[in-house]
Formats: sequence, C-alpha cells, structure tokens
Amino acid sequence: MKVLTFSGRTAKEILRDPLNLAFGLGFPLVLILLLSAIQANIPVSLFEIETLAPGVTIFGLSFMTLFSATLIAKDRESALLQRLYTTPLTAADFIFGYILPILPIAAAQGIVCYIAAILLGLPVTITILYAVLFLLPISLFFIALGLLCGSILTSKQAGGLCGALLTNLTAWLSGIWFDLDLVGGTFRKIAYVLPFVHAVELERAVLNGRYEAVLPHLFWVLGYTAAVVIIAVLLFLRQMKRQ
Amino acid sequence: MEAIKTIGLTKKYKGLAVVDGLNLLVEQGELFSLLGINGAGKTTTIKMLSCLTKPTSGDAYLNGKSIVTDTAGVKGIIGVSPQETAVAPNLSVRENLELMCGVHSFSKEKQAQKLSELSGQFGLTDILSKKAGKLSGGWQRRLSIAMALIGEPEILFLDEPTLGLDVIARSDLWDTIRLLKGRITIILTTHYMEEAEALSDHIGIMKDGRLLVLGTADELKEKAGTNKFEDAFVAIVKGAAK
Repeated sequence: MKVLTFSGRTAKEILRDPLNLAFGLGFPLVLILLLSAIQANIPVSLFEIETLAPGVTIFGLSFMTLFSATLIAKDRESALLQRLYTTPLTAADFIFGYILPILPIAAAQGIVCYIAAILLGLPVTITILYAVLFLLPISLFFIALGLLCGSILTSKQAGGLCGALLTNLTAWLSGIWFDLDLVGGTFRKIAYVLPFVHAVELERAVLNGRYEAVLPHLFWVLGYTAAVVIIAVLLFLRQMKRQ
Repeated sequence: MEAIKTIGLTKKYKGLAVVDGLNLLVEQGELFSLLGINGAGKTTTIKMLSCLTKPTSGDAYLNGKSIVTDTAGVKGIIGVSPQETAVAPNLSVRENLELMCGVHSFSKEKQAQKLSELSGQFGLTDILSKKAGKLSGGWQRRLSIAMALIGEPEILFLDEPTLGLDVIARSDLWDTIRLLKGRITIILTTHYMEEAEALSDHIGIMKDGRLLVLGTADELKEKAGTNKFEDAFVAIVKGAAK
C-alpha cells in the first residue's frame, strides 16, 4: 500500500513533465522515422528496421536513467524527501517506489518504438513480444543507474551526466548506428566491456529469433544490472542516513 | 506527563559537538519553542528527535519511545513540517494530502475523512485541484503543515514555519497553530521572537549546541531584567558569550 502510494507519486512526477514525454517517447520515434527515411534513400544496408528498432529501443532506455536520476536528485534537494523520511515509509518503500513505476514507462516506450517499426515494415511475429519482455532486465539496469546517480549527484549534475554523457555513451558504444567491427581496436574492446552493446545485441537476437546468441549477452546485462542495483541501493541508503 | 524527554542528547560532526548533552523536558499538549542564533543546534535537535539523524550519544524519548531503539515507533507518532516547504510541486493539493494518507496506510474512508477535515481546517477546500507548486509561499506552508498533521501525530515539529511569509500570511498561520495548541504537543523553532512569545508555553534558548535557559516568556524576561522578549533573548545569548 505504502509503496504503491509512493510509486504513484513517482509516475505522476515523471509523466506530468512534458519534456520527459518529448524525450522519452518523441525522440526515439523521430530517430526511427528519420533513419528509416535515410535507409530508403541509400543503396547500402545501414539502418534496416530489424536491427534499427531494437537499437533505438535500447537507446530510448537511457532516458529512463535521466528521469529517475533527476527526480531523485530533485527530491533530495527539496525538503519533501526529508519529510517522507520521518514517516512510516521504509527504505525498501523508497527504493521500490522509485524503480517500479518506471518499468512500465520503459515497456510502454519499447512498445511504441516497435509499433512504429511495424508501420515501417517490421514483420509482425511473436518475437516482438519476447523483445518487449527482454526489455525489462535491461530497463532495470538503466533505472537503477538513475537511482545510483540521483543518490550522489545534484539535479544539475544528474541532468548533465545522464542527459549528455550517458546518452552519448549509449549511442556510440552500443553499435546502434554503426558496426563496432568497422572501428575495431581499443574502441571495440571498451564497447564490449560495457553493457550497452550487449543490451542491443541481446534485443536484436531476441527480435530476430537467434536464440543461441541470447545467453552470452544476457549474462553481461544481468551482471551489470545486479552490480548497479546493489551499488545504487547502498548509495541510496547512505544518503538516507546522511539526512 | 512528559511528551519529550532528552537525556544527554549529543550530536558531533567530525568531533565537533553541534548539540552537546541536551537535557530537556516537554510536557504533553504544550507548545515549546526552541530559539537560538544560526548554528545554535536547533535544526540538528529537531532532526535527531524526528529520527532523521542518529545522535552520537544520549537518547530521547517521545511519549516513551526511544529515538535510538524504536525509530519506527517514533515515526508513527510524529509529524514534521520542515524548514523549507516540503510539498510535491507537480501534484495537486489533494494529491499531496492523499500521498500522506497513503504513506500512513489509511483506508479510503479514513482518507476521505482526513481530506475533508484538514482541507476545511486549513482553508484548502477551494484549491484542492491546484498544483502545489503554483501556490503562494503562505499557502504552501499551510499545505505543508496540513500534510504533517495527516498522520494524526501526537507530537508536531514545526521548523521555522513562517520564514519568508508576509505579515498577513504569518498572522493566519499563527491562528492555525493556536488552534492546534493543547490538542497535540508542538515543537517550534523560529527566528521571530514575537512569534515565540505569542505562541509558546515554554521557551528554550540554545547556543553552541547547549541549552542556555528554559522557561516561559515572562520568566526569561524577568531573568534578563528586560521588558521586551527580544531584548531578553539578546541579553541571554550575549551573556552566555561573556
């Protein structure tokens, strides 16, 4: 009950911000439409919808980090969180209350991207449903990263770091826009140590029914998710104690 | 019967005592004001009493519940209106009140009853659908105190409730606080001497983390040998520096 109340408040704060809706839903849609239009007018296969849609869907999830980080950082800066810390809400209520309501928002964003992709020619198969389901552990990674950043950064820092740095990391080190093998070398090695390319490859493998390729990427994603969730929870608890 | 009893309550940051061995008794139903210049330790005291920060040593009992060993019990009987206005700006007035009902796990019926009762008491009925962030400072403070009262607290902490308000808004808020007097124990911190004098049953003056004096406004004036409470405050604080 308590966690549902706090979750409801989190969802309202995020969904009532028009900028969040513009970036969270609008930007990934624009990217799919724009890059599909480019693909239609070039002779080489660069942005095929089967590889583009899962990539843009993962890129869109980086905005979930921005949403959660800025909300938590703003709450910490205001006295609202201080007030709520003096109520019967527990640490678990706060952590779940920040994470859980963003999961359906992330899923909704993925569904909107895939609907756009279907309209642009993506064949309708059951794998689309699987791809949406596999978005959940990936979303958890991005949302927990927001909890982590929001627990230690100011809202301005969270906006800069998650809005600029993370979205760029997700964009460049994920193989969404270009094949990382084309760059190779240290750049490729760094990219494959980070979770972003694994998240994209996982989503592409699921969508295209290449199930044998799922597990190796899933392990990377789950490993990073577990680590980020643990660190985020510890940092959130630390800032709670520092009140 | 005592509502608050602190025993050697101490908070140190990097070895420096911000609150130093505070021993205090506040009776049930009274309005107790904690005064002091900036850095006197008032807000840290409130933070310890409301379980926001743990004491370095010592303890305090709120209606018999320890802030060290029974924080959940303490959180169940207190309400806090922090120094800054603590409302969710993107939520309406109604939603802010509902949020507090939810965190106290109230049933739908009780939520409706509390909403009607507090919006009537604080004059919020006509602005229930307005976003809290769009309200003036005075209305946000009213909402903030109403939110603190949702949980039916036995002890209410008001940290600088009228800071930055104009004369009329402050006077309105004083009336609201007077209505609460006697029903619940109120701990008030303020920089406005006339506010403390007008509202308090007892006043404690802190400096450098220590309680200098404790008494009624008249007792403190008599002790300082002045007719004005503000002069008494200045004399007591300056006297402690000598």
